[in-house]
Amino acid sequence: MKLKLLRLVMVMTLFGITPVFAIAVDAVTLKDPVLETRARSIMQGLRCLVCQNQSIEISDAELAGDLRRIVRERVAAGDSDDQVRAHLVARYGDWVLMRPPLKLSTLVLWGGPPLLLIMGGIFLWVGQRRKAPEVIPPLSQAEAAHLAKLTRTD
Amino acid sequence: MRWRNFIPLAVVSLLAAVLFVGLGLDPKIVPSALIDKPVPQFDLPPLPGKEPGLIAADLAKGGISVVNVWASWCGPCRLEHPYLMELAKVPGIRMIGLNYKDDPAKAQAFLDQLGDPFLAIGADRTGRVAFEWGVYGVPETFLIDATGRIVMKHVGPLRAEDLPGKLLPAIEAARQ
Repeated sequence: MKLKLLRLVMVMTLFGITPVFAIAVDAVTLKDPVLETRARSIMQGLRCLVCQNQSIEISDAELAGDLRRIVRERVAAGDSDDQVRAHLVARYGDWVLMRPPLKLSTLVLWGGPPLLLIMGGIFLWVGQRRKAPEVIPPLSQAEAAHLAKLTRTD
Repeated sequence: MRWRNFIPLAVVSLLAAVLFVGLGLDPKIVPSALIDKPVPQFDLPPLPGKEPGLIAADLAKGGISVVNVWASWCGPCRLEHPYLMELAKVPGIRMIGLNYKDDPAKAQAFLDQLGDPFLAIGADRTGRVAFEWGVYGVPETFLIDATGRIVMKHVGPLRAEDLPGKLLPAIEAARQ
């Protein structure tokens, strides 16, 4: 059984899937591994407010540690993932989410890139169509004769 | 040249303008989620010798309050302190201190040295109450209206220009 697990870890490592057993070092974690895993997955989606592009799961900032403790508390108290997230959003706003929610104020954020892509695509398509080469009719007999005369080399 | 040829230029210019404005924004300033909300419930002990402490109801007793989150270990708090002393002179406002993760003795020494602008101070040793307030760094300054509603938040140290430029107008507006 142990060997099997070891083998699995080795194969995962081979494919660059490193199983992460611990990231931020916390003195207190949840005893129930299922809850701890859930808490960690919530932490991954929460932004550390003082180091901004790190999640609180990997940040060693003091505030991130405080927020991790609060996430664990809420999880242990039986909150659902969404309830834990809402608990933080109520205090820090949508900023605390690594993945901003789709709403009216984030419409440009989410809709902008696809819109630009579509506009670029339309522009390319229209430009391509306009420039499409016309079908050139073959030379008439008179033209061919004329060309032959011009290119004769004697 | 037909007008159509200018569409890409117009789109790119617009995008550039939007991104350029975005460059000027400070990503360190997170907009508060608590604006227009009542102050969160809390009950904090005082610094020793400065009884009573601070509870949420104190902030809804009528009158405008300025709540300053500070700590003696925080350098920028020292920089903004003269402006807090100045704010304390404005008639009709209460200066409230939220002492964040601090050693009470050091906090007291800080006030003895630089002056104490606060009518009341709550000592938040764990930072738990500050979390309820959505604080993510010190110093932060909140403006509370007479009904106990948060009307403004300033992140980072107050600078000389923030008093006439930001806080005093907001205090005037909150009086209405």
